[in-house]
Parts: sequence; structure tokens; C-alpha cells
Amino acid sequence: MRKVLAVGRKEMRQILRDRRTLLILLFVPAFFLLLYGYALNFDIRHIPLAVDDRDKSSDSRELVAAFVNSGYFDLVAGVGSPSEIERLMDLNRVRAALVIPEGLSRDLRSGRDVSVQVLVDGDNANTATTVLGYSSAIVRTVSRQLRIERGGRVAPPRVLLEPRIWYNPELRSTLFLVPGLIAYICMITAVVSTALSIVREKERGTMEQVQMAPLGTMSYVVGKTVPYFVVSLASAVVIVVVSMALFGLPMRGSWGMLLLALSLFIVGALATGLWISTIADTQQTAFQLALLSSFLPTLMLSGFIFPISSMPAAIRAVTYVVPARYFLVALRGIVLKGAPPSTYSFALSMLVVYAVGMLSLAAFRLSRQRTA
Amino acid sequence: MTMNAIEVRDLTRRFGGFVAVDRVTFEVREGEIFGFLGSNGAGKSTTIRMLCGLLKPTSGTARVGGVDVGRDPEAVKQRIGYMSQKFSLYEALTIDQNIEFFSGLYGLDRRTGRDRRAFVLKMAGLEGREHTLAGDLPGGWRQRLALGCAILHQPPVLFLDEPTGGVDPLSRREFWTLIEAMAASGVTVLVTTHYLDEAEHCHRLAILHAGRLAAIGSITELREVFADRPIVEVQSTDPVALMNALADHPDVEKTSVFGTAVHAVLKRETDVRRFIAGLGDGLTASPVAPSLEDVFLDVVEQAQSPEPKA
Ligand SMILES: Nc1ncnc2c1ncn2[C@@H]1O[C@H](COP(=O)(O)OP(=O)(O)OP(=O)(O)O)[C@@H](O)[C@H]1O
Ligand SMILES: [Mg+2]
Repeated sequence: MRKVLAVGRKEMRQILRDRRTLLILLFVPAFFLLLYGYALNFDIRHIPLAVDDRDKSSDSRELVAAFVNSGYFDLVAGVGSPSEIERLMDLNRVRAALVIPEGLSRDLRSGRDVSVQVLVDGDNANTATTVLGYSSAIVRTVSRQLRIERGGRVAPPRVLLEPRIWYNPELRSTLFLVPGLIAYICMITAVVSTALSIVREKERGTMEQVQMAPLGTMSYVVGKTVPYFVVSLASAVVIVVVSMALFGLPMRGSWGMLLLALSLFIVGALATGLWISTIADTQQTAFQLALLSSFLPTLMLSGFIFPISSMPAAIRAVTYVVPARYFLVALRGIVLKGAPPSTYSFALSMLVVYAVGMLSLAAFRLSRQRTA
Repeated sequence: MTMNAIEVRDLTRRFGGFVAVDRVTFEVREGEIFGFLGSNGAGKSTTIRMLCGLLKPTSGTARVGGVDVGRDPEAVKQRIGYMSQKFSLYEALTIDQNIEFFSGLYGLDRRTGRDRRAFVLKMAGLEGREHTLAGDLPGGWRQRLALGCAILHQPPVLFLDEPTGGVDPLSRREFWTLIEAMAASGVTVLVTTHYLDEAEHCHRLAILHAGRLAAIGSITELREVFADRPIVEVQSTDPVALMNALADHPDVEKTSVFGTAVHAVLKRETDVRRFIAGLGDGLTASPVAPSLEDVFLDVVEQAQSPEPKA
């Protein structure tokens, strides 16, 4: 225990002494991401859509077909109640829902305007805005067609769109960025810093000096990683608190769940850093490995910037092994939605699987190196 | 009777097909300063790493402080101090923090830690500099701090891998004074060096070449290789030309340049006086005792030649 403390204290001192690097690593990317977050805009396709058709007429079917044929939406579920839509959105199975009221056809025939509802999951503000744009264009086209078909009257009825945005009604993209930002920063402190700090010790020869001491591998690993765990967890909590204060981030779920999700994700990330350090012999290699294995996937393949549902199938398959993907699901569920734990328990268990798998891999490689 | 602190039998280490250390056998007595000489890549560091339990031997055995290193590498670690070829303390930490870290690694309790810290600071002459960053220290001080950190846990056996590389001559001399004091107090020291003059501080020496032990013994014993081959030192303003001229002399086995002089190793049973007289005028020549450099070059040369000299 004294030995673990010695390693941990030394590591903490090195982190603190290096605080300028730490600041640059943590806050410059965060700053830029916030800045560019507003400007990000992407072509979004294959948005999973649920339909609640209460009219069940040829007119309503025509409207649904228009959504599906546009190519922007994939019909994934027909539902019968608002609560079902809510459940599907919590589970991230659908990002939008079309609700067609009973009597649509009748009202149109008797010359009355009707409204259809489009519900959009607002936790990704970029997607939500785009989805609304598509929906209103589609509804307008359908409306025009119906009027031509029924033409000849003085004032043909219109189909109107009634948008509803859930979870993030003001479509604030900062809010959507926060969970991604947390994932990103955990990746930096946990994966990159851990890997670099161990490889640096190899490069400088301090590792050899430490290996000459009667210190178990476990003591070394624990002493070495706990400080990074603390730093990562602390920065994540700071981001949440700052976002609550500055951007009005809602904290709808429980802090306990948030800390649990964070801890699971960070342990997986630390293990990844450890594993990288057993492969790389130079800081440069370690950095590149970290970039490829953790950093880029977290940015590109987690749903942070590009929505997973609009990725090509092959790339979407890859996202299943990116832990940040599950982390974001859990984080959005907890922070933005306050959804019941059952909706993200699968994501949490995937984080556990990843952490355990990565830890075993790292431990295996470490023990092999030990007996070189 | 003194005990052996280190016993090495047929120690071998391969890296793939390459044999870095080849069936090395030797003993080091308690309290002895034992020197490892050898050119780059001779296998000195590899041998030391095996003795410290950092590297598994491919075959052969090593006992350090009575412990079989191959069987129980962790037990050896508490009994040895190690100073690596590279400066390997934390440059971004202060002297005090480095000492505290290594005290912790060796599991010293608070009181022992405090006593040892005071001892090491005094020994290394670092008192009053506790809060200087290790990276800001000049070479000689760093070396002494590294030595200090290696002996915090009072190991009976000390491995020093080129401890004086890149250190000025005065600091080197101070460093050797420390080493000799430690050996006098019973610590066994195994040290590698490139500086042949430093070998004079060693009680016994081993010369390694290409992974093999080429010679072993005290300096006097090592000089025995020249027992029946006299060496003559010839002064000259153009030693290279002289060396080439002497190389063709029928009585000369080989020559080498030492500053402004040439050392000519004569063939067995050559009459030294007749050789000097035969050199002619204008050349100052006298018989000399073999220097350690003569010995080193000769041993390495013999180890290199495929068939042993008759
Ligand atoms: N881990 C390794 N893998 C492969 N080859 C190695 C390894 N470690 C050492 N070697 C090789 O073994 C040989 C002996 O190396 P070693 O470091 O023991 O030499 P040395 O006598 O300490 O040399 P120097 O004076 O340069 O320190 C060298 O040729 C080196 O390249
Ligand atoms: Mg070496």
C-alpha cells in the first residue's frame, strides 16, 4: 500500500507540474468544439421514424409514403400511443415520429385544414433542425398535391405541420455537445495521458529504474492510473457543472448514475491507454495508436458529430465496438432526458464488457513483458 | 573465508538468433569492487539486467546475495541497488521528491525514510538543494543523486552500469571515492565502465567481448598475458609512420599507438636489449610494463581471432 501511494503521489506531482500541457490538452479543444459546434451541419439521411396513424385512410397512407419515399426517413415502427413513442425515443430507436390525427381524410374532404404532428428528438440540435426542415418540405408537397387533386374549389384545405421537439425544445446544440465533449476529454486524460506517461518512462529509462524495485505489477498499475482516473472524473464533473451554470444544461437524471457511467467509461479508457503503452516504445507511436484507437472513433464514430443512423451500414457496424457510442447513449439518457435506467442499462453493460475486455488484454500483455 | 555475493554459471541470453551473453561464468566476493570492461554491445548491460531479475536468462544460473535470480527475481530486487546507464530519475521532480518516491518504492517506513534521506543528501553533497529539480542539476550531482536513490534501502549488492558516463573528471574521482567507501563498509559493487583508468579502482576485472568472458582477474593477473612477450615503448614525432615501420620488424608481433608513442609487443623470447639497440639512432625506446589498454586490446584481439594463438 505504501508503494502504491508512492507511485500515485509521484504521478500526481508530475501531472500537476505539467499543468500547462494539461490546460492546453483540455481546454483548447473544448473551446474550439463549442465554437464550431454551432456551425456543424451535415446532410442527414435514414432518420428512424415512428408513425402513429390514427386515420388509416388512403390520404394518411399517402402522407406516410411521402416521408418514406423521400429517402430521409426509415419507417421503423408503427405505434398506437404517445407513450410508445416516448419509450422508443428514450431507447434511441427512433429520432422522429409522425402523428396523423383521426379524421384527417374526413376533414380534408369537408374542406377543413388539418394539422399533423412531427415529434423530433432534440438532443442533437443539428439533426433536429434538419429533420424539421425535411418534414415541413414533405408535408407542404403532399398538401399541394392533395389540393391539385381536389382542385376546383374556392379555398382548398391545407395540411399543416405542427412540430414538437422533445428534450431540448430550444434546439441548443451546446447541450448536445456536452456529453460528446465529456467523452472526448475523458479520452484525452485517460487514454492519451496514461499511455504517454508510461511510454515516457520507458523512453527516459525511469521505467527500468522502477522495475528494479520490488514492486508488483498491480501496485504499479494502480498507482499509475488512479491519478488519471481522478483527473478525468473531476474534469467530467466540472464540464457538467459549468454547462449547467453557463448553458442551462438540465441535469434530469441522477448524479449517482452519471458517476457510474463516467467511471465505467474512464476505466475502459485507462485500460486502453495501458494496453497502448505495452505496445508502443516511443511517445510518438503511442500518440498515433491512441489517435487511431480511441480519439478518432470517439469523435467520428460515436454519434458525437455524425449521427450513427445516417452512416453507411459498414461504418455503422464498426460503431458497435466504439465504447463512446454506448457512453453517449447513457450520458444523453441520464443528463438530457432523465430517462429510466432500463433504457440505457444495455449501454452501461456494454461499457462494462469493454472495460473488462481491455483490462484483461492489458494485464495479459503486462504479465508477458514482466517475464521478458 | 569470505562469501561470494554473486555467483554466475554459464549465463546465456539470446535475442532471437543473436547471442548477447554467451555462457558467462564468474564470482564476486563480498565487499569486492568488480569491474566489467567491454566495448559497445559486449553484453555488459544485458548481464547486469539478468543479475537484477529484469531479464530472464535463456540458460545458466545466477545467484545474487544467496538468491537464485531465475527462480525468485522479486526477492533479489530488495537486496540490490541499481544505477542505470542512462540518468533515470524524474527530472521534473525535485531532489526531495525523487528520494521520497524511491523510499516509497522500497517500502521504507517513515522514520527509516527520514534517516536515509538525511544520509543520502549528506553523502551526495546535496544538502540545502532539496528543492532543486533533478533535471536542473549538473552531471556530477545527478550521478550522486542517482547513486543515493539506489542505496536508500541499504542494499548489500550494488550494480552500476556506466555510472560515470558524461561526467567531468573531478566528479568522477569524487564518485569513485564514494564507491570505495561503500565497498570498505562491506557493500559488493559490480560496475561497468568504458574508462580504462577507472578500472584501477576495481579489485578484479572481467573483460567481455561479443558476449563472452574473454579474461578475468586482478589487474596484476590480467597483465600475465604479457608474461613472456615484452613491450617496448618507442617515442616518435610521427607515431603512425613509426607504427607502420615497426609492424614489419621480424621481432615485433604487433604495434599500437599511445599518444606520441608506439607500443611494440615483441614476439616470445625476444631479447629486449638487442631489439632496442637494433632500432638505430634518433629513437628513444625503453621496456615498459603492459598498461591496462595493452591488456584490453590483446585480450579482445585474441577473443576475436578464430583459432587460439599457439
Ligand atoms: N532487448 C533486446 N533485444 C534485442 N537485442 C538486444 C536487446 N538488448 C540488447 N540487445 C543486443 O545485445 C547486445 C549487447 O547489448 P548490451 O546492452 O548488453 O551491451 P553493452 O555491453 O551494455 O554495451 P554498451 O557499452 O553500449 O552499453 C547488443 O548488440 C544489443 O543490440
Ligand atoms: Mg550497456
